[in-house]
Amino acid sequence: MTDAAELTRLTRELLAAHPPADTDRLDFLKARFDAGLAWVHYPEGLGGLGAPRALQVVVDAELQAAGAPDNDPRRIGIGLGMAAPTILGFGTEEQKRKFLRPLWVGEEVWCQLFSEPGAGSDLAALGTRAVRSEGGDWIVNGQKVWTSSAHLARWAILIARTDPDLPKHKGITYFLCDMTDPGVEVRPLRQVTGEAEFNEVFLTDVRIPDAHRLGEVGDGWRVAQTTLNNERVAIGGMRIPREGGMIGPVAETWRERPELRTHDLHQRLLKLWVEAEVARLTGERTRQQLVAGQPGPEGSGLKLSFARLNQEISGLEVELLGEEGLLYEDWTMRRPELVDFVGRDAGYRYLRSKGNSIEGGTSEVLLNIVAERVLGLPSEPRTDKDVAWKDLAR
Amino acid sequence: MSTQPDLLYSEEEDALRAAVRDLLADRCDPAGVIARVESDTPHDIPLWKALTEGMGLAGLLVPEELDGQGATHREVAVVLEELGRAVAPVPYLTSAVVATEALLECGADDLLSRLASGTTIGALAVSLSVPAGSAYSVVRFEDGGLHGELTGIADASVADVLLVPADDGGLYAVEAAAATVTPQVSLDLTRPVAKVVLDGAPGHLLGDAEPAVRRALRAGAGLLASEQLGLAEWTLTETVRYLKERKQFNRPVGGFQALKHRLAQLWLEVVNLRAAARNAADALANGADAEVAVAVAQAYAAPVAVHAAEEALQLHGGIGMTWEHPVHLYLKRAKADSIAYGTAGAHREALAELVDLRAP
Ligand SMILES: Cc1cc2nc3c(=O)[nH]c(=O)nc-3n(C[C@H](O)[C@H](O)[C@H](O)COP(=O)(O)OP(=O)(O)OC[C@H]3O[C@@H](n4cnc5c(N)ncnc54)[C@H](O)[C@@H]3O)c2cc1C
Repeated sequence: MTDAAELTRLTRELLAAHPPADTDRLDFLKARFDAGLAWVHYPEGLGGLGAPRALQVVVDAELQAAGAPDNDPRRIGIGLGMAAPTILGFGTEEQKRKFLRPLWVGEEVWCQLFSEPGAGSDLAALGTRAVRSEGGDWIVNGQKVWTSSAHLARWAILIARTDPDLPKHKGITYFLCDMTDPGVEVRPLRQVTGEAEFNEVFLTDVRIPDAHRLGEVGDGWRVAQTTLNNERVAIGGMRIPREGGMIGPVAETWRERPELRTHDLHQRLLKLWVEAEVARLTGERTRQQLVAGQPGPEGSGLKLSFARLNQEISGLEVELLGEEGLLYEDWTMRRPELVDFVGRDAGYRYLRSKGNSIEGGTSEVLLNIVAERVLGLPSEPRTDKDVAWKDLAR
Repeated sequence: MSTQPDLLYSEEEDALRAAVRDLLADRCDPAGVIARVESDTPHDIPLWKALTEGMGLAGLLVPEELDGQGATHREVAVVLEELGRAVAPVPYLTSAVVATEALLECGADDLLSRLASGTTIGALAVSLSVPAGSAYSVVRFEDGGLHGELTGIADASVADVLLVPADDGGLYAVEAAAATVTPQVSLDLTRPVAKVVLDGAPGHLLGDAEPAVRRALRAGAGLLASEQLGLAEWTLTETVRYLKERKQFNRPVGGFQALKHRLAQLWLEVVNLRAAARNAADALANGADAEVAVAVAQAYAAPVAVHAAEEALQLHGGIGMTWEHPVHLYLKRAKADSIAYGTAGAHREALAELVDLRAP
């Protein structure tokens, strides 16, 4: 059993063997992975020690205090948050060994080839086809859309239809797709902020070896549930201080620039400040529940709360700025490496936060999930459950 | 604020909750509450005795050497959640929290012991609508007696002792028998307010009124959030249950998305309210960050409780509008609670000062 004291000891050992000051960043991260201190709850040999997840904080605090480099989790968020738990859950030993280390150290960025022009909220309706060739490889054809970071990614998690004669949830298979393979074409898709953070991805006769299939043929929907569930809980884990979110910059502006204040804005600001503080406490409470080993459904609400708050707060901030709110920092089409709310102006925050209620499942769809899975209310009548995918109306 | 608040319930707190909930399930069903509030004695004194003499709950905040339980606001909050869930007509918040906190500030040991045992019910004679730190009405102290009229005093009609602030800055204990207490027709039938008239009543000086009243009202506001949480939870749970059963258009109405989204939204608010209420209770127990925690909880709690009760009435349709259905008890309590110990707006104003977000 690996306890907190043991983790502290191992972390200090790592720091002593690889002093951060004169160790190359990547070398340090690799050594950390190999010591099992990357994600302590992962199995030994795969960056972890099979320790309780809650003890990660012990390692992180020790490393942070020593000024150790980190793996820039925001840049590799899709790999860390979604690909990794899915590979861990469904991958072969070989897949786990091949993918997890470069993923965690950040050498290899991942993207998620799920959404399609015709399949967003109704993801299981997807039409990208994977057909098995005589040699056993899969030949993939189709189009994906809104793929964040596809332009940076080395690998993708991909779901494709392998049997159109079955109902839509059944004939899907999950793959790991090499983004450098011939036939993968990434085209920037410009968004409301002016930047191209996501992409269209065209797949033309892309050849994926069967060794890069994740899970059984036809079991892709179940595998994808792991990815999607992890996507939705990813936000809850963070511990932020009071005013740590988007409310921070507005509150600062309010304090520093009394000339901008109006009574109407004051009322709205206070209301949002309270809601942001309460949402923060809910996040903290959810985290404490996880640590105590009593996870509740509260996490499903966090994304909903933060999406709405980010939008309302940044909207208020643009108004507060008055004439300055008429300006925007830069409309050139850039290809950002990550979504940076903190370092950017109010106008950008306002526009980018509109995506918070769409990406990773829209707020409407999440409300359905809360109503059905948490409150146990009846689901919508369905007309597509027992119909072969190929016979569905499109 | 260096340490993190503990926002969970301990095992002891869960056990306490279970005990209180069991008792209330037996002794305080909605039909009984409706029948009682229509009578001349809206307060449920047998229930009060079961909670206090039976379970010792009036003394949670009182140290053991004064015959209390030496517990904290965290446990009190759990009791209040359950009382809110049952809209129980007992003077718990007013006597075991607000009056008790005032006496703790004054160091009034004898009276504290009496309140802790539950044999004596106390009421702070400050209008229920006053938030901590605001001006409140006082009576005249003249020729060794108290003179004047105070209104909006919650649970005064059932109190044995009134804690009365006077114009000399003192807080006086007045036996209720020496005052004229007249029930006012109250919006909230389960926590009615009354008028108190003093005509030369003798008072026993307890100490300075200002710090005692401030402390009492702050604790009242902070823990009221837990009562509001219990209330909101009950209305949500009942509404979800009803909408799963109730069929119209050949479907359970709870299957219609317009309603599902409203209920999911309400659930989110209740989840948030739980975190805010736990935070306030924990902060009051530990003394750290209490002013901000209480203001945040009260600025958030009242609109949520009212929203929950209003949604419950609407989504029950015609039956929700009837006197027989208990939802009206909850609506009235929620709306009165939204004024009690300061409105959400008053708490936001307080917050503006506390966190340096000043008005124009
Ligand atoms: C910034 C950003 C980044 C993204 N990154 C990725 C990525 O990296 N990889 C990836 O695969 N995808 C990505 N997406 C796609 C995202 O997951 C989808 O946009 C999302 O699931 C919604 O699908 P849609 O856009 O097709 O909308 P639709 O499903 O067409 O929805 C249209 C509207 O109808 C509503 N609606 C749909 N179904 C229901 C229902 N049952 N009940 C009520 N309302 C409903 C929706 O809420 C929405 O308002 C990203 C999106 C954004 C905005």
